[in-house]
Amino acid sequence: MSKDVIGSVMVVGGGIAGMQSALDLADSGYYVHLVEKSPSIGGAMSQLDKTFPTNDCAM
Amino acid sequence: MHTLSEVTEVSGTAGNFNVTLHEDARYIDINKCTGCGDCAAACPVSLPSLFEQGLGERKATYRPYAQAVPGAYSITKKDRSPCTNACPDHVNAHAYVALVAQKKYPEALEVIKRTLPLPGVIGRVCPHPCEDACRRQEVDAPVSICTLKRFVADQVDIENSPIPEITPRQEKVAVIGAGPAGLTAAYFLAIDGFQVTIFEALPVGGGMLRVGIPDYRLPPAVLEKEIRAIQRLGVKIQYDTALGRDITVDSLMADGFESVYLAVGAHASMKLNIPGEDTEGVITGVRFLRESALYERKQASGHVVIVGGGDVAIDAARSATRMGADNVTILYRRTRAEMPARNEEIEDAIEEGIHIDFLMAPQEVVAENGKVSGLKCLRMELGQPDESGRRRPVPIEGSEFVVACDMIIPAIGQRVNPAFLEGTSGIELTKWNTIVTDTISCETSRSGVFAGGDAQSGPWIAIGAVAAGRRAAESIRRYIDKEDLKQGRDPIEPPQKNFNPIPEKIEPQFREQMARIPVAERVSGFTEVEKGFTEEQALTEAGKCLNCMVCCECFECVKACGADALTLATHMDKPHSTELNVGAIILAPGFAPYDPSGLDFYGFDTLPNVVTSMQYERMLSASGPFGGHLVRPSDHQEPKKIGWIQCVGSRDQNKCNNSYCSSVCCMYAIKEAVISKEHAGEDLECAIFFMDMRTPGKEFERFYETAKGKHGIRFERSRIHTIEQTDDGNQLTVRYFTEDGRLVDEIFDIMVLSIGLETPPDLVDLARRLDIDLTPGNFARTDIFNPVATSKDGIFVCGAFQGPKDIPQSVIDASAAASAAGELLATARNTMTKTKEIIPETNIVGERPRIGVFVCKCGSNIAGVVDVPSVREYAESLPYVDYAADNMYTCSQDTQDMMTQIIKEQHLNRVVVAACTPKTHEPLFQETLVNAGLNKYLFEMTNIRNQDSWVHKNNPELATEKAKDLIRMAVAKVALMEPLVETELSINQTAMVLGGGIAGMTAAQSLAVQGYETHLIERNDYLGGQAVNLFHTSQGDKVQEKLADVIRTVEANDNIKIHLNTELTHVDGFVGNFVSTLASGGQSEELEHGIAVLATGATPYIPTEYAYGQAPNILTSLELDQKLIADDPMLKTMNAAAFIQCVGSREPDRPYCSRVCCTHSIENALELKKRNPDMNVYILYRDIRTYGEKEYLYKAAREQGVIFIRYSLNNKPVVSATGGAITLKVTDHVLGLPVELSVDMVTLATAIIPYADEKLANFFKVPMNEDGFFIEKHAKLGPSEFATDGAFLCGMAHYPKPIDESIAQAKAASSRAVTLLSQKTIFSSGTIAQVDPMKCAACGVCVSICPYSAPSFAAEGRFAGKAEINPVLCKGCGLCVASCRSGAIHLKGFDTDQIFSQIFELDAAV
Repeated sequence: MSKDVIGSVMVVGGGIAGMQSALDLADSGYYVHLVEKSPSIGGAMSQLDKTFPTNDCAM
Repeated sequence: MHTLSEVTEVSGTAGNFNVTLHEDARYIDINKCTGCGDCAAACPVSLPSLFEQGLGERKATYRPYAQAVPGAYSITKKDRSPCTNACPDHVNAHAYVALVAQKKYPEALEVIKRTLPLPGVIGRVCPHPCEDACRRQEVDAPVSICTLKRFVADQVDIENSPIPEITPRQEKVAVIGAGPAGLTAAYFLAIDGFQVTIFEALPVGGGMLRVGIPDYRLPPAVLEKEIRAIQRLGVKIQYDTALGRDITVDSLMADGFESVYLAVGAHASMKLNIPGEDTEGVITGVRFLRESALYERKQASGHVVIVGGGDVAIDAARSATRMGADNVTILYRRTRAEMPARNEEIEDAIEEGIHIDFLMAPQEVVAENGKVSGLKCLRMELGQPDESGRRRPVPIEGSEFVVACDMIIPAIGQRVNPAFLEGTSGIELTKWNTIVTDTISCETSRSGVFAGGDAQSGPWIAIGAVAAGRRAAESIRRYIDKEDLKQGRDPIEPPQKNFNPIPEKIEPQFREQMARIPVAERVSGFTEVEKGFTEEQALTEAGKCLNCMVCCECFECVKACGADALTLATHMDKPHSTELNVGAIILAPGFAPYDPSGLDFYGFDTLPNVVTSMQYERMLSASGPFGGHLVRPSDHQEPKKIGWIQCVGSRDQNKCNNSYCSSVCCMYAIKEAVISKEHAGEDLECAIFFMDMRTPGKEFERFYETAKGKHGIRFERSRIHTIEQTDDGNQLTVRYFTEDGRLVDEIFDIMVLSIGLETPPDLVDLARRLDIDLTPGNFARTDIFNPVATSKDGIFVCGAFQGPKDIPQSVIDASAAASAAGELLATARNTMTKTKEIIPETNIVGERPRIGVFVCKCGSNIAGVVDVPSVREYAESLPYVDYAADNMYTCSQDTQDMMTQIIKEQHLNRVVVAACTPKTHEPLFQETLVNAGLNKYLFEMTNIRNQDSWVHKNNPELATEKAKDLIRMAVAKVALMEPLVETELSINQTAMVLGGGIAGMTAAQSLAVQGYETHLIERNDYLGGQAVNLFHTSQGDKVQEKLADVIRTVEANDNIKIHLNTELTHVDGFVGNFVSTLASGGQSEELEHGIAVLATGATPYIPTEYAYGQAPNILTSLELDQKLIADDPMLKTMNAAAFIQCVGSREPDRPYCSRVCCTHSIENALELKKRNPDMNVYILYRDIRTYGEKEYLYKAAREQGVIFIRYSLNNKPVVSATGGAITLKVTDHVLGLPVELSVDMVTLATAIIPYADEKLANFFKVPMNEDGFFIEKHAKLGPSEFATDGAFLCGMAHYPKPIDESIAQAKAASSRAVTLLSQKTIFSSGTIAQVDPMKCAACGVCVSICPYSAPSFAAEGRFAGKAEINPVLCKGCGLCVASCRSGAIHLKGFDTDQIFSQIFELDAAV
């Protein structure tokens, strides 16, 4: 563990997991770098039509 | 946010990492792009959309999907297309071909003219190196790029095409020679504004193009037209003026020319150097062609012999034929294979009756009467290769003979005539008389004098001269501007290799051929032979382009972009590196869907109606490639029967090397089947082919049962043999083995392959770079007791990279990983974040409304349909509107700054924006209001795009009227808007965790480490919960040892206050301010806390079935664990043991799967086999549900001889215990016959049942499902919290789960709690409900209906007993407002008068 602790976190991947991590950390007082290899975040979930159980639009 | 970025390097340690990111260029300014899409509409390049899984197309400039964040477009650009790259002048062939395909001919011409002012000329004469490089020849033949260029020139009148804007300059430049180099240099210098004069020795322009290329190949009219187009830019041409004869470089300099460009060409001929060469009747090819071009054509007659094998030889021969020669022969020293002339030309010559004699070398001209009578020749043969690589011709001794002829035309090459240097000094020549220049700047040995074209390079192709001319023009500009001539012009380019892949399904096509005039017509004159392409031919050829570079750099998008986000400068963006310094890293890189290409028995590569589940998701989607209309891909007919094949790319070592279960496919297949029925109606037949149906998640089993029962979806336990297409190509024959071994053929319309999840190779590389361990399935290795930590400290993981998993589990892991990072970095919290500056709010209460209306054009999205200026004028006329404007993009940053300014200057106190959807843009405009000092609720947004211009595209007039109506309504509403207050509430910084099991302890520990005082409440006198009964985990950890560690850590934490033997007896208050009463040993105490975590766990089912209790060796799973922990010696001596699964689970009165039992029994079966390998172990099951990498255990058990026997719900095993012997009767699922087993021990895998604690649910006003498990806020997006603010959820109180998932959820609950606690104070929304107590009848409907527990009855004060609404809890949903029968509740911002004002305005419109 480093002595000089940095109050920021890098999250690699902007899918549903990465976004949730990034939001939690940002809302908890950390600076977040969200790194996504495609032009926009959203990941695989944005491609899904509807989701169980409510059959809500995944978007 | 770093988009288009990947991690390349990480160094450092936990708490302090240095990261290097590689960021690809977007080619669009992300800060300026408004996402209007005008660029994509203009883009000529289409390619398959990855987002649509290849079922739809997208442009080279694109946004993956409409709702993408960031909403900015981006451009896909690979290495420069080979055609463009191969061209000496880099004429952008890709772009003009792409534009031709769009019938954008003037635009195509514009692209060509960027680098080439002579399109019609080069389109006719170029030997097209571009086509030699074209990758289309890997499919069939190169695209006819050159002819397409000619086609463009033939379609558009270059003389009337637009002229670039030129800023004139005073400086004069002299160009010597009006050939392709000189003309091109003059053209680009003129564009730069210089005063250019071309001095040409001949009486005509074009140089060799005019006097070297015969008219039947290049009609003079074409050349003259393009020269006139150059002269339109102000270029002067002075004919009959030769350098060295009439002028010198010095005289030009003296006349005020700043710079001179030498492009005199190579117009002298090489000599044969044989005796008699000066005889009358011998004329060089160059001279012959020049005279034929310039003067009245002489008639040729008799036999004409041409010596040479290049283009000039062919041109001379074909010209001679046209001039009346009786016969024409070409003599060439080598063979056809070595001829440098273009093959098409040679073919044409032969077609026109020209004879070619190979391996002939002229020796002497034979004369008669002073005139040519023949040519003495030697026969040759090919010897060793020479320095050019061609085999050197060697004479055959004694083979001399004489070819009788009347005219000899030597055409063996041209050279530079050095006469131009007469009177000019300081210009160095090579030994071949070509001019010496610098390779980059083209400057000669004399400063300010530049040279190019054939005079510099020696004879070469015209496009080479054009390239030289353009390069020289840039040098001359730099010279005059006193800039460095070379900087940034390094000719060495990186290798070009990264191209758009060639599609697999591509049909070879014939190459289009130009029509030509008949041979008889050809030989009788100089009419142009080739007629060019018809439009149909051009479109076909252009359509064959493979778009190697993807973006073709036509720059149509630059013209289309009104927001200045896409410019020539952004098009030149380069990838770059970014360095980050971070304390922790969370990996959430996801998965790749398994690619079933190559599995030929499924026919995915060849059969259009076999699709992957990801493709099927897109097919179902309303925004997908078929607009949500469920159709067969092959013929777009509605399907009658659809099948799903499970485990494609999962649970399969042989075909795909993925032996794990992908966890999600069973559920999504059921979901897709149910939704398909919703789309197509109940008549649609759906069948799911599977091995085990795995629905172990919360509410999953119920969904499965509903799918079977209510929706009639057929579940077929089977193995697929093959899928083949029926004869008409629109249906599929599926051949499969049923469970009892029958082979069945069945017809389907669509087959969906339920593809699994896998880690793509680039992630495996990333893991290697980061030095983190992977599992056998290539997922990040984690520990059961630390499920989001990778093998490297400070690097955490969540989502499908941790193991194949669904959305809820990914979201849980995500919050858990955030919590793990937070625990690590707690000391540095709030050190890197910034707080917002607070701008004082202007008090507008009592002022008359002064409304500003901003109407957006959204590029052409709105303005293309709605008459925006007239809408703006109309808005100005509305009551209280003091200001109205229209903007190209109201959302762009410059417009925001302008709006702030206008609000202040005009003293506006209400704002309406008529643009797109408030869903995405309202917060942006509200921030602008705040920046201008206005309360953000003094705002109304109306959607004249999605709800107007987009849907009424074909009716612009009515769309304009509708926009006016919408704005009138918005203005009426906003006029009644008042500033709203957001109530502030402080958050008590203490946490309470209920339940001292693994989940509760983990949550408490996580909160405590992050600095919050935490009270851990446990009703028993010990910590550990159900884990105290467990033997080991699926990874083989001894649970009791690990549990002891956890308990010790919790007990040692000063921030944790443990309350054993304690019950919660009462809870008051709400988020941030709870007061709970704790009772212990008859004593009560009150605890004030800001949040609560419910981790109250679950309990094992005590069976009444299977003779439980009738014999000591009929046990529950936990009882077996106790025996294993105690190392009971009987476990080693038994001969046979059986496990019965689903005891109490998946039953009609308990219709859920307990999730852990399959894994637990298999683990213990393996343990029994380990203790006694000879023991017969049976597992009686309904479906084996070892999801994820737990599948390896199932595989290992089968390999080690554990016998799995499936039973069904209506034919359960029967257990009888008589004396010490236990007998099991079960029907074998394969044989269909009853089997009797004699065993020493039976373990019942019993259900996990919830406490269903109504009292606790009421304390926190949280709901429970039918089974008695707590219901989370949202099944997918809020799995670890309640809809009630401040209450969080984890562990088995949520649903049965193994230890790792409990720990992850506990950390997730803690993370969610910390996001609240760390705020210290929170603000309510302004748009909340408020009770008018004078009208309230205290009926209580609002109290019971609110999902957030915001209304309650006032306990004291003047209005005690009346409803009041806690502003902090109210979400502004309006349920209570609608339900209040007294009309006592008002929703601020949406009050009755505001709604009515809109309706009344609408009435006026009707």
